[in-house]
Formats: sequence, structure tokens, C-alpha cells
Amino acid sequence: MQMSFRELLTLLHGMGFGGLLLLAFSGALIGLYRICTPDRSSPLTGWEQNLFRIYLIAMAVLAWGTVLSGAYIVYPWYRAHPPEGITDYSEYPQRLLLSSPTTEGWHNVGMEWKEHIAWFAPIIITMVAYIFIKYGSNLSKHRQVRKAAFAFAVTAFIAATIAGSFGALLNKHAPVRGGAIIKIMEGTK
Amino acid sequence: MKSNQYGNESEIPNGSAAAAILSAGVGCFSVSVFGLLGDAFPAVAHFFNFYNPTGPLSGVSTTAIIVWLALWAVLFRSWKASSLPMGKINAIAFLLLGLGLLLSFPPFGDFLQGK
Repeated sequence: MQMSFRELLTLLHGMGFGGLLLLAFSGALIGLYRICTPDRSSPLTGWEQNLFRIYLIAMAVLAWGTVLSGAYIVYPWYRAHPPEGITDYSEYPQRLLLSSPTTEGWHNVGMEWKEHIAWFAPIIITMVAYIFIKYGSNLSKHRQVRKAAFAFAVTAFIAATIAGSFGALLNKHAPVRGGAIIKIMEGTK
Repeated sequence: MKSNQYGNESEIPNGSAAAAILSAGVGCFSVSVFGLLGDAFPAVAHFFNFYNPTGPLSGVSTTAIIVWLALWAVLFRSWKASSLPMGKINAIAFLLLGLGLLLSFPPFGDFLQGK
């Protein structure tokens, strides 16, 4: 069992940063919902508020880690131009997808959408984290701020889901490959 | 000191939050607008090519982040001590966010470009 260096970093981008970020949204949305509905939910205790601050900061770090590793590590491998005369596009995912009318949509719609909408998530999560850190329990007095932060957070979740889903599907149709081979396990035969 | 359900705290004006929310809306909108402009005009795409391996996406995202953070800083300085009509600011921020989402969808961008 082995994988290439590029596959490993793509895994770190998609599952390490991106996957954890998507999982983290469930906790964040529940926390924000509790803050947004003080009349229906039990208020956050002081300890929970401190934990939620750390949680939102961690989410912002994950979101920025996802987009920056995607844009500056994985994407250059994805969009690399093959040398003249190359007909095997297995190490050139963008070219591989564009080489067939049955797969070009994965680039023209999937990647083109993903590469832009993905940036919504870190911008929004940074804003939400800032608001919670700045206002904390004072948010109970700012209904419009609470509601806006929650609606933006839901939008960030949608944006991250779109980006993550297309990322997984793109990597299924045209995986990012190449680089040094890393042996994970020796075969028995 | 005023009390609320969480304890005793004085009220913080909503200006800081308004600055953060509106600038986030502008930041998301900027990503889509710059992406669309780069897609529509080769000269703009060339301008946004800050880092060649990543291509125009490097400039689109970097410029949008600069616009977002710069606007946030400016609005924060102006609004931090103010209480503002959040309904209007939220409406503008959501309008920009919605437009950003719409413009980020490639078939819609292609439609606007007549492709």
C-alpha cells in the first residue's frame, strides 16, 4: 500500500483541514443557535463561552488552512500544464477533465465554482469568531447581530459544503497524483 | 452596569459588529466579482496572476482579502463607538452575500458574459 506525496497533501487539504471544518460546523451552528434563541435555549455558561471562543478560532484556522493549502499547494498541481507531446494526462487533472466532453463540466462548473466560493467560509468564520469574542454574553442584547452572525455561519457551511463536495468529486474523476512515493505498508505477495 | 441573563455587563455598541458583518459581505462579493472580471477579461486575469502556479486565483483571492480587511479596518475605526441601524446594514450585507453566491456560480457568470 502506497501513496504519492501529492496525494498525501491533497488528503491533508481535503480531509485534514476541510473535513474537520465541515464536522466542526455542526457544533458551531448549535452553539450559535443557543446564543440566537436565548428565550428557548439554555444560555452558555462562562466555561462554555470560553470553550466556544477557542472552538470558533480553531474553525477559522481550519478554514484558512483549507483554502490556503488548496490554492497554493494542491491547485498548482491540478492546473499544471503538460509539456508538449504528452498524451497521458494522468498527472494533469485539469487537462484530463477538459480532454473529454463527458468530464469537462467537472472543471468548468465544479472547480470554477469551488475555487471561488471556498473563500467565503474563512472570511465569514473569521467575522463570526470576532463577533463572539468581542461581544460574548453581550450578544444577548444585540438580536440583529446574533441573527446576522447565525445566517452568515449557515452560508459559510453551505459554501464549504459545495467546495468540499466538488473537491471530493473532482479528485474522484481526476485525482491529483505525482511526486515521491510513500510506502505505507508492504504487500504480502 | 446593566444585567443580562449571563451576568452583569455594560452594553457594547453594535458598531464593531456592523463593521465586521458589512465588510464580510463585501469580502465575499469581491471574491466573486474579481473572479468574474478575471474570467471575462484576459487583461484582468493577467493582472491577478500574482503567483504563476496558482494563476489568477492568487490575485483574485488576495485582492478580495485586502478589500475585506481594509474596509473592516476603516469601518471599525468609524463605527466602533456607535450604535447603528443593524437592520439596514444586515440587509446590505446579505444582498452582497447573495450576489456573491450568485456570481460565483459559473453558469451564471457565463450567462452574464454571453458565453
